[in-house]
Amino acid sequence: MKVFDYARPRTIAEAIAAAAEPGSVYLAAGTNLLDLMKGGIARPDRVVDVTRLPGLDRIERLPDGGIRIGALVRNADLAQDPDFARTYPAVAEALLSGASAQLRNAATVGGNLLQRTRCGYFHDVASACNKRNPGSGCAARDGENRLHAVLGWSEACIATHPSDFCVPLVALDAVVEIEGRSGRREIALEDLHRLPGHTPELESALEPGDLIVAIRLPAEAAAFSAHARYLKLRERTSYAFAVVSAAAALDIEGGRIRQARIALGGVAPKPWRARAAEDVLTGSAADESGFRRAAAAALADARPSGDNAFKIELAKRIVLRALALAAAGTPEQLPALPASSFSSVPGAHHAA
Amino acid sequence: MSFSISLTVNGERRNVELQDPRTTLLDLLREHLRLTGTKKGCDRGQCGACTVLVDGRRINSCLALALSHDGADVLTIEGVADSADLHPVQAAFIAHDGFQCGFCTPGQIMSAIGLIQEGQTGDDPERVREGMSGNLCRCGAYRGITEAVLDARKSLAQAERRDAA
Amino acid sequence: MPPEINPIHASPHIRHGSNVGQPLTRRDGVLKVTGAAPYAADNHPAGMLYAVLAVSSIARGRVTFLDVDAAKAHAGVVDVMTTANRPPLAEDPDAKTNPFMFRFEALQNDLVRYANQPIAVVIAETLEAATEGAALLAPRYDAEPARTGLDSTESFVPAAVRLISPPEVRVGDVEAGLAAASTRIDATYETPAQYHNAMEPHAIVAAWEGDTLSIDMPTQGLALTQARIAGLFGLSPKSVQIRSPFLGGGFGSKGLLSGPTVLGILAARLVGRPVKLVLRRDQMYGPVGHRPPTRQRLRLGMDAEGRLTALSHHLKTVTSTFDDFVEPAAEASHALYASPAIATTHEVSRIDMGTPLFMRAPGEAPGSAALEIAIDEAAWACRMDPLDFRLKNYAEVEPISGKPFSSKALRECYAEGAARFGWSGRPLAPAQMRDDAGFLVGWGIGTATFPAIMFQAEARAVLRGDGTGLVETSAADMGQGAWTAFAQLAADSLGLAIDQVEFRAGTSDLPDAGIAGGSAHTATAGAAIHAAGSDAIARLAEMATSDERSPLFGGGNAGVLARDGRLFRRDDESRSESYVDILARAGLAEIEGRGKSAPDQVAREAYAMHAHGAVFAEVKVDTDLGQARVTRLVGAFAAGRIVNPRLVRSQYYGGMIWGVSFALHEHAIVDRRSGRILNADLAEYHIPVNADVPSLEALLIEEHDPYVNALGIKGVGEIGITGTVGAIANAVWHATGIRARRFPIRIEDIAIPPGDRPT
Repeated sequence: MKVFDYARPRTIAEAIAAAAEPGSVYLAAGTNLLDLMKGGIARPDRVVDVTRLPGLDRIERLPDGGIRIGALVRNADLAQDPDFARTYPAVAEALLSGASAQLRNAATVGGNLLQRTRCGYFHDVASACNKRNPGSGCAARDGENRLHAVLGWSEACIATHPSDFCVPLVALDAVVEIEGRSGRREIALEDLHRLPGHTPELESALEPGDLIVAIRLPAEAAAFSAHARYLKLRERTSYAFAVVSAAAALDIEGGRIRQARIALGGVAPKPWRARAAEDVLTGSAADESGFRRAAAAALADARPSGDNAFKIELAKRIVLRALALAAAGTPEQLPALPASSFSSVPGAHHAA
Repeated sequence: MSFSISLTVNGERRNVELQDPRTTLLDLLREHLRLTGTKKGCDRGQCGACTVLVDGRRINSCLALALSHDGADVLTIEGVADSADLHPVQAAFIAHDGFQCGFCTPGQIMSAIGLIQEGQTGDDPERVREGMSGNLCRCGAYRGITEAVLDARKSLAQAERRDAA
Repeated sequence: MPPEINPIHASPHIRHGSNVGQPLTRRDGVLKVTGAAPYAADNHPAGMLYAVLAVSSIARGRVTFLDVDAAKAHAGVVDVMTTANRPPLAEDPDAKTNPFMFRFEALQNDLVRYANQPIAVVIAETLEAATEGAALLAPRYDAEPARTGLDSTESFVPAAVRLISPPEVRVGDVEAGLAAASTRIDATYETPAQYHNAMEPHAIVAAWEGDTLSIDMPTQGLALTQARIAGLFGLSPKSVQIRSPFLGGGFGSKGLLSGPTVLGILAARLVGRPVKLVLRRDQMYGPVGHRPPTRQRLRLGMDAEGRLTALSHHLKTVTSTFDDFVEPAAEASHALYASPAIATTHEVSRIDMGTPLFMRAPGEAPGSAALEIAIDEAAWACRMDPLDFRLKNYAEVEPISGKPFSSKALRECYAEGAARFGWSGRPLAPAQMRDDAGFLVGWGIGTATFPAIMFQAEARAVLRGDGTGLVETSAADMGQGAWTAFAQLAADSLGLAIDQVEFRAGTSDLPDAGIAGGSAHTATAGAAIHAAGSDAIARLAEMATSDERSPLFGGGNAGVLARDGRLFRRDDESRSESYVDILARAGLAEIEGRGKSAPDQVAREAYAMHAHGAVFAEVKVDTDLGQARVTRLVGAFAAGRIVNPRLVRSQYYGGMIWGVSFALHEHAIVDRRSGRILNADLAEYHIPVNADVPSLEALLIEEHDPYVNALGIKGVGEIGITGTVGAIANAVWHATGIRARRFPIRIEDIAIPPGDRPT
């Protein structure tokens, strides 16, 4: 990696000023940034270390019933927080199914949101990549693309977003709080990540200098705690990115679904909220035929971007399975193999 | 450009003059402090061979910028044994043949110590396996590793109860 | 009928069993668990500089420009080594005077022959500077279209496979046998490119002192490497000192000298200071060997009773454009199943990839994978239980040669493995078993086999006046437990307790222990150790039995037993004397013995020598989502005398986990256009994690072999893979009815199979 300026601001205002300069990036734990720098994909001139900024590492219950998670909260700490895990079990399960314990111990919530794609061509600096090098082309389009996107892709880019954490967050209408040059603002997590369109190099709605300071889950997100699961297909039992994944959360009363929340991972350039599938289920019985229709609706617009048509079928099946598991009830204890189809622990409420 | 940082490594305060902001915690340990027990298997946070405890938590030191860990408390494999006695995890690894070539072993042991301290597995081998899955072993010593971790966890828990009594 | 071969007896006065056979914990255990065991990259001689390779991003063409100025301008960079300035070599890296020498890149020209080929070396004061310097070289190329994949170039029959074996071997008339069969199988299987990925990256610390060279590097073959380096640099072997006390895994990739190692030595020569060169993980994919992809066609014919009438095994594989290594996978069909007609044939084509190399069970692993599925397909076609089918076709003599086996406890392996696994009651048809959670469950079997190879080695043994002993040989411990097993053998050969014996290994100045490979190291170096110890004891005994003052006088050399530091008369054990006293009376500080080992060619002509095993796998499958998990693996293996059951068990476990990896996980993803490997790392190149292996068992089946070598030892390092890959694939079929046609078995192969699933 090239030599960089290292800044360690003491306040958010200092941080924003430092990071707004071109060629600057924020460093939290660095589990993604350092990997990208070693691979030559990221070559910042300045690294702005935000790990000592005060007040960003708290998990706070809000008076309105929602929860705010500071951007510097470690992935592992959030997943193990008993109150959080009990109220948002699919999010805890998603966190614990990602990466390894070592990475979860270091990685921050903010960093998880902004982690970049695992596309092999993005990581291969000799390959054409419109993200790294706008206009150079997309080597994945006619290349090894078995694991690439089936939703939301464009001719310019077929990469997927790799986060597990973001999938149930998007399903539960998480909001991202940002401090920037023009002050504080917030956007729906669903709007944080951009679709590639003609400009895959523009990955997020963040402006230069913008710092994610917190994520919030609204009070309504707590309504799903009894019926919420995250399910992930991968090519080994643990420590692997999702081929496809799904978060399913149901608010069930008297055998009928009052509302459903469904989102997909591993299939698109951003975590994919499946509103059409949710609409299918609103007011309907929590049964397999409804789940099947929902799964079909979730993937109705899916198209293969290469040798990955199988992902469309698998995504339908994983939505179906995730809904069935959610309907069966959140397990009392998090399964030994989080988000794995080999863990089907029936049970009641989740506890960390 | 030079940076003065200070870390506690295996209980000893180390003041380091870093000439290069790029140095990772792993390379600081191995190349600057000559603590070569921690190994570099991939340098990209993908194998766990570089696992150390920082402020009590197991992390991959290859993806930790040394500068950013100014003030940290670091425990490496060299700091685990109690002068003449092996740590229970170390002893268990020998007893259960939890290693072959030994290259991943310091990382496995640090990860095991971290896992046991995290206190989430109980006696469940499946939870131990999952919890240790961030440490790759190409020799395939997983069975011995899992047995060693379960054994050490039990003896550490017993020792704790004895001390508390 | 074989000629009269007398079984080799251990020297009469040595009694085995006091150390050999004991499950001792590893002697290097404390070093390894405390992080004190020194691997090559842990060394840091004074004045050392760091060297980092720059590697090619094209697979075929020429380097036309390297921005050496930009690299040198980077703070901390000391020099850049390219074709223009690298110090001379006494031999051409592309010279090949025997099949065991491999061509490699040491900046001899600007040709690029595969992606990730070394094209320059940057040397700097710090690792960070050297790494960035290598990136700043920003190479430019004249690129030619890369030829990748099994079918991208024309194939031919190679001159040899596995370097020196015949590419086509035939017995009987396969076509006639197939024509006469009442049932036939004709199936094709594909295996991918795989990379060794030892946890320790290749590394070298090289320091010149005038014309002597001091090297720390992991190597499976110290003497061989020393000789090759000496030749390349025009030195006498004595001027090349190599230290390799610990290897962080080898698996075949650290056996023969590779380009990066030579470049490290050259870099040290260039800058006149010690240099450390360590490969990055992505650089492990290319210059240090791999297992090539294969396509294998198996044709089997069976009579009405399920006996094989013909077995044809054809392999297609690839090698590099500039050297020959042909994965001998079809040879897997030589030794296991009794068919009167067998044909094993190979074809190969040249593509723009690095030269393949021995990778744990080379040939045996992919060959067994295909063969064991084909055998299962044959069993099903005959509606026979797959174990019964294998027993039906059990070979009492080696099928390809007609030779009797030196020993073969495979029936016992089948029986004990099946009993332990709970094989009886297995439904014949697939998709018949489900567990409580609703997963389909399948049980599969594969036969394991590996040849019992022997190389040559030498050892030296010393009995000291203080009652201790020393044995030394240049053995390599890459995790298989050489430090321990050889110490056990050494102690027994000297009749001493193990804590009285110092065992030295891992440096090139010691007698040549041969290469740690082919699962032959324990047998080969062990036999030399045994011979050296016996020699020292014999000399001691000669002194005692010819000395009137000794209680052993008149006993005759062969009438003496060595045990616990004493010599005893065989015919009257009350007459004994300690080594200490014998040496003291003779006024000697020590007595030395030397020993050699070599394969017994006469015995090998007469007998086929293989280790055997039976592997049983249980797989649980979620067919909807395409997830398969190997929930139980039981392997029963017979490999002659077991020096240390603890170490051997671990070798079997390791081999079986490689089998899980082969069946379900690992493969290199190559971009067809550029020839670059897209998963040249440990995140997307999947080896199993701990959670992938919930249950593993190895049964050590007793077997005595009086012919294979003096100690009756066969190898155990590689056999665990064979049989396992097939057992898992067969278990997946048994769970789902889906037949694996390519490895690794992927999610979509299970979830959306091409029409094979039964309704």
